[in-house]
Amino acid sequence: MLTYLIRRIAIIIPTLFFVSIIIFGLQQLLPGDPALALAGEERDPQVIAFLRHKYHLDEPLPVRYGLWLGGVLRGDLGESVRINKPVLDLVLEKLPVTAELAGMAILIALLIGIPAGVISAVKNGTIIDYGANIFALWGLSTPNFWLGFLLILLFSVDLGVLPASGFVPPGEDLGKNLATLVMPAFVLGNAIAAVMMRHTRSAMLQVLSADYVRTARAKGLDERTVVLKHGLRNALIPVVTLGALEFGQLLSGAVLTEQVFTIPGFGKLIVDAVFNRDYAVVQGVVLCTATAYIVLNLCADIAYFLVNPRLRA
Amino acid sequence: MKGIKLAVFAGAMLAASAGIASAESTLKIGLAEDPDILDPTIARTFVGRIVFASICDKLFDITPDLKIVGQLATDYKWVDDNKGLVISLRTGVQFQDGEPMNAAAVKASLQRHLTMQGSTRKGEIASVQSIDVVDDHTVKLTLSAPFSPLLAALADRAGMILSPKAAEALGDKFGTAPVCAGPYKFVERVAQDRIVVQKFDNYWDKGKIHVDKIVFQPIPDNSVRVANLRSGGLDFIERVAPTDVPQIRGDSKLKVTTIGEIGYQGITVNVDNGPQSKNPLGQDARVRQALDLSIDRAAINQALFNGEYIPGNQWVNPSNPYYVKSLPVPKRDIAKAKALLKEAGVEHPSFTLMVPNNTEAQQVGQIIQSMAAEAGFDIKLQATEFASALKLATEGSMQAFQIGWSGRVDPDGNLYNFVACGAPLNDGHYCNAEVDKELKAARAIDDPAERLKHYTAAAQILLKELPIIYIYHRQWIYAYSTKVEGFTPYPDGLIRPQGLMVK
Repeated sequence: MLTYLIRRIAIIIPTLFFVSIIIFGLQQLLPGDPALALAGEERDPQVIAFLRHKYHLDEPLPVRYGLWLGGVLRGDLGESVRINKPVLDLVLEKLPVTAELAGMAILIALLIGIPAGVISAVKNGTIIDYGANIFALWGLSTPNFWLGFLLILLFSVDLGVLPASGFVPPGEDLGKNLATLVMPAFVLGNAIAAVMMRHTRSAMLQVLSADYVRTARAKGLDERTVVLKHGLRNALIPVVTLGALEFGQLLSGAVLTEQVFTIPGFGKLIVDAVFNRDYAVVQGVVLCTATAYIVLNLCADIAYFLVNPRLRA
Repeated sequence: MKGIKLAVFAGAMLAASAGIASAESTLKIGLAEDPDILDPTIARTFVGRIVFASICDKLFDITPDLKIVGQLATDYKWVDDNKGLVISLRTGVQFQDGEPMNAAAVKASLQRHLTMQGSTRKGEIASVQSIDVVDDHTVKLTLSAPFSPLLAALADRAGMILSPKAAEALGDKFGTAPVCAGPYKFVERVAQDRIVVQKFDNYWDKGKIHVDKIVFQPIPDNSVRVANLRSGGLDFIERVAPTDVPQIRGDSKLKVTTIGEIGYQGITVNVDNGPQSKNPLGQDARVRQALDLSIDRAAINQALFNGEYIPGNQWVNPSNPYYVKSLPVPKRDIAKAKALLKEAGVEHPSFTLMVPNNTEAQQVGQIIQSMAAEAGFDIKLQATEFASALKLATEGSMQAFQIGWSGRVDPDGNLYNFVACGAPLNDGHYCNAEVDKELKAARAIDDPAERLKHYTAAAQILLKELPIIYIYHRQWIYAYSTKVEGFTPYPDGLIRPQGLMVK
């Protein structure tokens, strides 16, 4: 176990280094001159020259990469050129928002997706199964921004029971916090629930036809125990992996959903930064989310390692 | 028993008065964008000016009909053949940190605008050579040459006076906690979420301030901004899309107010910026006149903007005092356009029109494309992301660019930098000595009637040579709850808190 862990952690360092090169390199492909984009409507040549110099845009690419990487290693992710705020502060400000939204979305996905998948597998071929499949198809094919907007019109404009957008920190008012997050979390969770339902269903169908399940039934165990204890526990392994991956993706920012509900999370931060050519913010946020993704993957692998004895052999 | 009743009554009165005391009025304003840094010296965005209107008072301000009036200044006088401007300051004004607003503070602010690295104000007041403190409440600006648009610049961010103590302490981080002499104190900013300001009790004109707290919330999506207003999440929104206006007008709980902008939307033609200018549109004014005549501005306004915007043909809208009335918006005339093309020897000119990749700009581009086709033009539309489009325009990698300008109070701010020889925003590299002469003459004098004569002379050339084909002017469209009262729209699009009330 320890050797496995050390090996996995050792891989993270070159992976992150590789990711940093990709982030930096891809960003250079963004068209347009960042200094010109930042200089505002007046496009004053002196201001453009100043911005170019201040943010090292007049240096060769490898020098800029070296300067940025040096800063990152010292814990300095740079400064937002748009609002003159350290990127690390912005990341720390947005991370709890995105993490809470992602957590709520995954919770909703689990609460809908797993029971729907189990019921659909147990009632395979019945009208309930078809109904669950239609639900999954709906969840997968409904665009987030469209569903989000419909929810706003219904719950905020017509019924007036939920705020249309914005975010209230939980420390300020927990009730308002949940009220602002319930719609975006449902929009995100709904789409993931559909994927989870499909995975749970196919894993359950496979498990329920396995020999050990037949043996369990032959032993006279009631169906509930067979399905939940023997079936679901085994079927959940791929679903756990899927959950971790989806959570990682959510942490990198639910771009459209955050835009529709004006949630000040990573997604909104990065979209605005790309349009404003705020390079330091783009680099900092992508590096942080990539790190979160890699760590979550590692956690999933460790969990997988622990629950699957064959990997330990 | 009577004693108990009295005690209950007293308790109820106390609770009620406590309730009244704590009932703080808050106005939630939905902004169409997230402002950039809140430092008047280096701020670059229009939307930032909306927030500044609450935090930072200026030396001068404008009236709704674009007259310049004193704000922190009470009077001004041009001296030394218009090469000196003496400004008298209001007495008893405090900054939000308690420091006095006086001539030394004005000098420090203007010096900061002129000398700070990366200052976006420097160009606006570059004519100022020196600033002298005459006495505690009088400053004198000495200019390198007469420059009457300076007053309008001082009625915008360049005229915002910063607390010298805060500016000194925070340096280039001043925008993280700005301190000025406006009606509201900066409280907090959560990037992309909100900017909160609180009423400043010692504001010099506090009788006009009725709202205790203002929360600015950036919500870029038009539909979401309207949904927030309709649901009561916001009290006030700016830059409403014209297509949303009928829906809002139909809601009895909402009000709509509009005013014509000081800016414009048009097509900048590359007439001499590199090889891309070498085409009939760039080289022959008759081809540009034909394009101008092929456009039905009123139809564009009706089809795309529900008739809410203003068709235009000059750098200021037709209701502006500097609009040249003898040169009105031309009517569409396809026959004349075809005749002009024939005369120019190119009956089917072809060019690429670069349009920013937003819906409004692309729709305008498509309509122009089909209108001009009737006159014989073959226009290829090139939708380009805005930052990239700016770069292409600056380096001359475009034939024509559909772009707008948010506008400045003085007409010089809408014109000089775009058409004068070698000016920084003159992407098409248009250059005409006669136009330059008129524009420079208009800069040197203060009398509006005399200035208009020079702008008329310039317009007679510019509307014939058409380096920029002006198409329309937007209206600033505001929508707000019926709870909000006392709002006065201004052509510069800012939301001034003076007079605003929330019932």
